[in-house]
Amino acid sequence: MNWIYEPWQWYVAGPLIALIMFLLLIVGKQFGMSSSLRTTCAAIGAGNASGFFKFDWKAERWNLMVVVGAIIGGFIASNFMSENTVEINPEVAQQLADDYNIQSAGEHYLPPELFSLEALSDPLIIAVLLIGGLLVGFGARYAGGCTSGHAISGLSNLQLPSLIAVVGFFIGGLVMVHFIYPLIF
Amino acid sequence: MKYITYLVIGIFFGILMFKSEAASWFRIYEMFQFGSFHMYGIIGSALALGVIGVQIIKRKNIKTTDGSEMSLKPKSKGVARYLIGGIIFGLGWALAGACPGPMYVLAGAGYGSILIVIFGALAGTFLYGVVKRFLPH
Repeated sequence: MNWIYEPWQWYVAGPLIALIMFLLLIVGKQFGMSSSLRTTCAAIGAGNASGFFKFDWKAERWNLMVVVGAIIGGFIASNFMSENTVEINPEVAQQLADDYNIQSAGEHYLPPELFSLEALSDPLIIAVLLIGGLLVGFGARYAGGCTSGHAISGLSNLQLPSLIAVVGFFIGGLVMVHFIYPLIF
Repeated sequence: MKYITYLVIGIFFGILMFKSEAASWFRIYEMFQFGSFHMYGIIGSALALGVIGVQIIKRKNIKTTDGSEMSLKPKSKGVARYLIGGIIFGLGWALAGACPGPMYVLAGAGYGSILIVIFGALAGTFLYGVVKRFLPH
């Protein structure tokens, strides 16, 4: 039963992601997780502030069901199927410890230096989490999709706009990790 | 009944994101450091099968369960919105170490701090809706 507790390898996970995309296509939907953010905004009344949120969000309730499922799935996996540790490349782990004093690679699923509730006593950490989320939400809607919508759904459908978006994702990610991290951590 | 289907797909997705470690901050950081093949393997293998599957759907004209066309409409053309929006997204992805799907998964896994990230993502989505008409698309 080790497969339950051990991390799933890429060659298991990748094909299963493709399966999820096809399951959603078969039931008439499209794999894209960030749409749920727009649906949520519309559901809590953002239509009063912008026409962008004036649409029949009830027709998009399905993506909120996927979100509820993802939350339940995260609960099940972390509580019953995982040691909640992530082993990464030892050189990267060492670099994290040396440069940013993040010592928790291999011992935790998320670094407590950033994600523990104690870390929230540092306003910088709150700003990192808040601004990180803000950029993800803004960028995903501006680009019309996120990792699932562009990198998986869009590229599977050979869409040039999705390729441009994914190139953008990596430009942004590389700039953040290589140039901005040293300035903020 | 249909809603149960979406819920089950969501649960499957949540377990998969967590177990593949795609929801781990460490894996995202490692990916942007080119420290491991893991994330590239996940996205690459999903994509390889995705491209083949979508081609089969198109050639055989496979329909959805209720007989309508599948949601495979081409994306609207353009460069600016995809490139600029993509870069903004990438900055946030690397800063928070999570993209939208894994955010929810981590909330379910009990990481309270991720709620700040989700709040930020909702605020960012809202902000886009408000300033959309001033942006190049």
